[in-house]
Amino acid sequence: MSAGDASRDGDRSPVANADVCVVGSGPAGALVADRLAADREVVVLDAGPRFDPTDRLTRQERAIRPSYDRPDVWDVGGERDAHSNSGEWFYPLNHARVKGIGGSTLHWQGMVMRLHEDDFNSKTERGVGPDWPIDYGDLRSYYAEAERELGVAGASDNPYAPPREEPHPMPAFEPSYSDSLFAEACEELGIDMHSVPNARNSETYDGRSACVGYGTCQPVCPAGAKYDATVHVDRAEEKGANVIDRAAVQRLEHDADRVTAAVYATPDGEEHRQTADAFVVACGGVETPRLLLLSESEEYPDGLANSSGTVGKFFMDHLFAGVGGTLDEPTRQNHVGFYTSACDQFYDEADEDIGPFKLEFFNYAGPSPVEMALTGNDWGDDLVDRLRDGYGTHVAMGGLVEQLPRSDSYVTLDPDRTDDHGNPVPDIHWSVGDRALRTIERANEIQRSVLEELGAEIEWVAGPDATGPAFHHMGTTRMSADPDAGVVDADCRTHDLDNCWIASSGVFPTSGAMNPTLTIAALALRVADDVREQLSQPL
Amino acid sequence: MELTRRDAVAALAAVGATGGVALAARRSGDGPDRADADRDDAGRADGEGDDGGDGDALPDDETVRAAMTAFATVLYPSEVEGVEAFVDRFLDGRLDGSAHATGVRTTVGELDDAARSWYGAPVAELSEDDRDRLLREVGADTADEDSDGTLAERVRYHVVNELLLALYASPTGGELVGLENPQGHPGGTESYRQGPR
Ligand SMILES: Cc1cc2nc3c(=O)[nH]c(=O)nc-3n(C[C@H](O)[C@H](O)[C@H](O)COP(=O)(O)OP(=O)(O)OC[C@H]3O[C@@H](n4cnc5c(N)ncnc54)[C@H](O)[C@@H]3O)c2cc1C
Ligand code: SF4
Repeated sequence: MSAGDASRDGDRSPVANADVCVVGSGPAGALVADRLAADREVVVLDAGPRFDPTDRLTRQERAIRPSYDRPDVWDVGGERDAHSNSGEWFYPLNHARVKGIGGSTLHWQGMVMRLHEDDFNSKTERGVGPDWPIDYGDLRSYYAEAERELGVAGASDNPYAPPREEPHPMPAFEPSYSDSLFAEACEELGIDMHSVPNARNSETYDGRSACVGYGTCQPVCPAGAKYDATVHVDRAEEKGANVIDRAAVQRLEHDADRVTAAVYATPDGEEHRQTADAFVVACGGVETPRLLLLSESEEYPDGLANSSGTVGKFFMDHLFAGVGGTLDEPTRQNHVGFYTSACDQFYDEADEDIGPFKLEFFNYAGPSPVEMALTGNDWGDDLVDRLRDGYGTHVAMGGLVEQLPRSDSYVTLDPDRTDDHGNPVPDIHWSVGDRALRTIERANEIQRSVLEELGAEIEWVAGPDATGPAFHHMGTTRMSADPDAGVVDADCRTHDLDNCWIASSGVFPTSGAMNPTLTIAALALRVADDVREQLSQPL
Repeated sequence: MELTRRDAVAALAAVGATGGVALAARRSGDGPDRADADRDDAGRADGEGDDGGDGDALPDDETVRAAMTAFATVLYPSEVEGVEAFVDRFLDGRLDGSAHATGVRTTVGELDDAARSWYGAPVAELSEDDRDRLLREVGADTADEDSDGTLAERVRYHVVNELLLALYASPTGGELVGLENPQGHPGGTESYRQGPR
């Protein structure tokens, strides 16, 4: 095991003389820790456990067997993860996160795109939502670095992607057989297909295996070919960072303009105080605002860093749009668990009425035979007949749609319900506006036309009535140059506290329609640079 | 279609069992594995009626293997060959000292008791029709799997789904359905690109 951990041997007591305390060890926290660990005393606190890497195949069995729900795969749920849903739209929070070393990337799908240039200027370019206080140019080199850090397989064949200066670190995965079927239909319709960047090794990268095709990427990659943040946690520990698992931060102690300590609880029932010169909160887009709200005080009666009143506000997720059906020929689905072709052609047509959206061509449409085999009242010859009937000819397209920030969509505390430590649980009050619903319809229209051109019999449509979240929690600690309009400034440092940064998609003022984690990673690397710079000056 | 050693290894890989190690130990006649230490063969020697849950007496390896192979011939499609060797190899990796292995042994023991009391013979000696009937009579066809549930739910978990998972996560099992790289099998990144053969 790594240096930082071995030297403390399961000791969960605070680290003396820490320069930086990072709360949360998902990709955001792990990247900050890794970048600072070589020359700073870094401590990382995570609420969840350190999972044994040798258990991954057992977790894969859970992913396949019907008696386990998705949250069971990574032990999510129970009192620790209790939450409420007061909004009109139900939000399945425990399907949307993992607590533990590596965070939600243990479960994620690993699709990693850059936001488009217009996404940073939504007000100016599309007439809706705020502009970000930074633009694509500010993140461009960090995006390239993030792609190297995560290990991204991609190609430069996407004419709609924002400008990039160098190829992806690994070649893209080749298109699938079903992509070739879609390609004919798309050509007829004048729809462009292109490769899609995957945080998944198309070849050995950084000492990690190439993808070997287990096909269970979401929720677990037994091969370690899919990036997860344990990569950077391990690396940070090798450089000397101390990573303390099952150390749920209860509140951040502070004075008027500085965080002074993170108070965390350990499994033995003890509470500890971790002091540091700088604090980086990286608990994800729901737990970060919750921790700030739990840290209310006389100075900050509405929650820490909440002078603007925007902590927890503007909760956004991407919405799913999809259409699926069957052909009268084999489509070879479910060999791998990721997709290899996409279409960003319509993304930048976004305006006030219709948001940006992206389209995906699935390689895992329809049921997986092994999962089908484990449910049903049949076996023997009857079962194999059912499987042959049920598998083999499915096709599907998916897509993600932007949701705008709204004041009636927010995360707050539920005063009537507490977690295993007696703290009020997060209440997700999720609301979705008409623009997003119209955009889903527009995506469906294109998806339907492609499937019809293919000659598919359409069996399902995930339209405005059947949509759901993509598990990307954004907007709840918004970035703004104006201290009255956001929680953090353009450097992701809180307006209220001089030594506290937030690394998370919580800082996104608008969401775009691209999966958020590459942007989270780019921002995290930028946060680390700012922390380093600030630490080198008297704070 | 013939199940091979590769299929058994693949099935074990899908469930995270280290088949190779157990396989080597058993084949070289190393004697009992860890779980055997707890077992009580004598108590199981003759029919004990239907008080299947009577305690710690777990069936021995041979009984479990014989019963699981017998069930596999019912659960697997008739076109599959090599079932006995496949199940045997799969169990080499699966019957370790884990809680899962104990679950399999306990459940098979209860099924063997039921077979004795209802049909007058252990599972391995029943006709294929009677084995099928036995599984349905305990309710394993309609039960949802649950490793801690009722007998029906445990049979669904530890016997029916255990064996179906082994088959359909293996390349040959996948191929039966037209998917040579099924979920759970690390079959590489070629097959998703290939068209139907
Ligand atoms: C099923 C699924 C599929 C996804 N697919 C994609 C995808 O394809 N592409 C993409 O870009 N994104 C995807 N995501 C989203 C992606 O996983 C997240 O964007 C990313 O993990 C967020 O990183 P983070 O570090 O901000 O938070 P997280 O990864 O959620 O990590 C936060 C960590 O903070 C810890 N924590 C929380 N509260 C406390 C506390 N009080 N004290 C101490 N520690 C605490 C948690 O235990 C956790 O480990 C997916 C997510 C899911 C669930
Ligand atoms: S298909 Fe997914 S789960 Fe399998 S090795 Fe590749 S990345 Fe990992």
